[in-house]
Amino acid sequence: MGFFDKIKNIMKSNKQEDIIAYDHGLSKTRKHFFDKLNFLNTKYKQLTDEYFEELEDLLVMADIGVNTVMTFMDKLRERVKKENITDTSMLAEIIIDELFIIYVDEEVISSKINYNTDGPTVILVVGVNGVGKTTTIAKLANQMINEGKKVLLIAGDTFRAGAVEQIIEWGSRIGAYVVSGSEQADPSSVIYDGLKVALDEKYDCVLIDTAGRLQNKVNLMNELSKINKVIGNLIPNAPHETLLVIDATTGQNGISQAKAFKEITNVTGIILTKLDGTAKGGIVLAIKETVKIPVKYIGLGEKLDDLRPFDIEKYIYGLFKGMID
Amino acid sequence: MFENLGERLQKAIKNIRGYGKITEDNISDIMREVRMALLEADVNYQVVKEFTNKVKEKALGEEVRKSLSPSEMFVTILKDELINLLGVEKATLKLDKQMNIYMLVGLQGSGKTTTVGKLGNYLRKKYKKKPIFIACDVYRPAAIDQLKQLGKELDIYVYEEGKGKPVDIALRGVKYAEENNYDLVLIDTAGRLHIDDELMNELKSISEAVTLDETILVIDSMMGQDAINVIEGFNNKLSLTGTILTKLDSDTRGGVALSVRHLTNIPIKLVGVSEKLDGIEGFDPHRMVGRILGEGDLLSLIEKAEDVIDAEKAKEAAKKLNKGEFDLNDFLEQLKQVKKLGPLENIIKMIPGASKLGLNNISIDPKQIAHIEAIMLSMTTEERHHPEIIKASRKIRISKGSGTTVQEVNRLLNQYEQMKKMMKMMKSGNMKLPF
Repeated sequence: MGFFDKIKNIMKSNKQEDIIAYDHGLSKTRKHFFDKLNFLNTKYKQLTDEYFEELEDLLVMADIGVNTVMTFMDKLRERVKKENITDTSMLAEIIIDELFIIYVDEEVISSKINYNTDGPTVILVVGVNGVGKTTTIAKLANQMINEGKKVLLIAGDTFRAGAVEQIIEWGSRIGAYVVSGSEQADPSSVIYDGLKVALDEKYDCVLIDTAGRLQNKVNLMNELSKINKVIGNLIPNAPHETLLVIDATTGQNGISQAKAFKEITNVTGIILTKLDGTAKGGIVLAIKETVKIPVKYIGLGEKLDDLRPFDIEKYIYGLFKGMID
Repeated sequence: MFENLGERLQKAIKNIRGYGKITEDNISDIMREVRMALLEADVNYQVVKEFTNKVKEKALGEEVRKSLSPSEMFVTILKDELINLLGVEKATLKLDKQMNIYMLVGLQGSGKTTTVGKLGNYLRKKYKKKPIFIACDVYRPAAIDQLKQLGKELDIYVYEEGKGKPVDIALRGVKYAEENNYDLVLIDTAGRLHIDDELMNELKSISEAVTLDETILVIDSMMGQDAINVIEGFNNKLSLTGTILTKLDSDTRGGVALSVRHLTNIPIKLVGVSEKLDGIEGFDPHRMVGRILGEGDLLSLIEKAEDVIDAEKAKEAAKKLNKGEFDLNDFLEQLKQVKKLGPLENIIKMIPGASKLGLNNISIDPKQIAHIEAIMLSMTTEERHHPEIIKASRKIRISKGSGTTVQEVNRLLNQYEQMKKMMKMMKSGNMKLPF
């Protein structure tokens, strides 16, 4: 079980404050989930059918994705049989190990932003309504400003009432210039104007806010594809990142969101928001498995610095902490 | 909403058709299908367990009626149990007092502010209420601006004090409403986590200071298994009177709807079905189950049509249709009427049998309809009355005027020609209507 040593090493070597932030943000997430798993292991000393059934419920409860859970359970049963495991306490490590494998799938996953070395880095932020796109943009921009970058925000949500005011207020709080158009303007034209400004005034990073759109609305998805074209025509290879924001409370619909947005735009990463509640956001495991989009950041609260780079090892560690200690 | 769940359940039902009898053996496969369908729809896992056990028990039990085939019987059981989950009775809002006060609460991003706008608009239209909004979201940047913009659009007054203490704003807002003869007060609150004690206490203090008739939790219908924690969290602190499910126009399978009533006994009062300010509807368990099982929902469709369609104009059109005098002027009028019904996808889903015809997942670009309308609007009245006079040069003018192509103009004219042929056949009695 090399993974466990790895996790323990992470605990020791990594910046302690990062772990604490993860710990804190995920504490409620973990607690419930974790109590149950511990309870399960005490309740059943031996691996019975009932144990597997309850474990399955537990994983479903974390929104991990029904099909992913079913495949996972089959694999687990097989491994238990093959390795002749009868003791529930030994299973904990295997569970974590298998979950890790589902996410990583032999790939090298980076949660770093792909910066453009030749001109401004353009980051397009998309998602369904109410997931926290605008707040996330403010957090991300704030981080970049703190790193000494010159950051421009574009208010591409011209549809929702008050959306432009919202991003302007964030802009003034963090000290970023915001390009906005009139209300109900064509978002593509606002974005075009904004990118012109970014090129003329040599901004390092451009973060583009877009209106929330449900993935099954054809006309809104077409609008997004137009936005993409406008960006690419003005700055070749842009957007350099297209980040899909997903609310941690989202259930199975997260898969449908990821699929639909990836069809229209080249989604390069997910930002999982609102992980400071009781939701576990397990759907990201299923999204990674089926749609192959990794998580880049997680949102752990409403404060500006509550955005952290995603680290699967820490994420799983956060979920299963008590099991390893 | 729900369509995918319906499809999955129908698949399970189809399997039964092959069986002469439901037995302990063959039912476990079917129940596995049902269980997966419900879990994939985000129905609470506890509810799924109880539901499948109950359906299984009933299907195997004594209640077998001889006149029904196994699949018919299974559908009946499934239907009854689904209705039980959804709450049987249609829930209503309290509107009996001289002035009713509602507070809307929920997580961040569930759609509270938009729902406040829709609800005010809906109750004003349906019950002739005089609503006022109170802006108590003092935290999120520009939340007050958002509500004010909605108020302006709807011509509903928004009471706001900028950033103050929400409980004071609510109190003064209610007083203002009383003094100015408003009869429906809708309080918008900031999004918050159910585990944020400080903010939850703030809501509690509003509910103690103001006599609330409804405390409504606004929930995103795409929520997963965490929904129950959220609902219980809010309910423990505030004793909710109902929920409003939002974003049901997404492709969510709506598991929250099937879980909330059963687990908490809190009724679903309304559902949000589009981004537009009239996108809110009542929630009727019977009709909803009809939609889930692919039986359509003609009642809602008829009600909707009665709401928006001008009966006189419809009668006139039918008369013309019968006489074979239906021209493009009439067609344009019909199109306008149909557009009032809302997105066509939503209408199609209410038609019985739509899912069997594969029509339920159809997506219609509203722009296509706009194009057709634009083409007709670019014609003169004379041209619409006698489309046969539209030759090449007129076609070019029309296509330019409508921003379309000559091909698109041709397509519309061809379709009209075909329609006319059909009308003639109907008139001469050679053809019966296909429905």
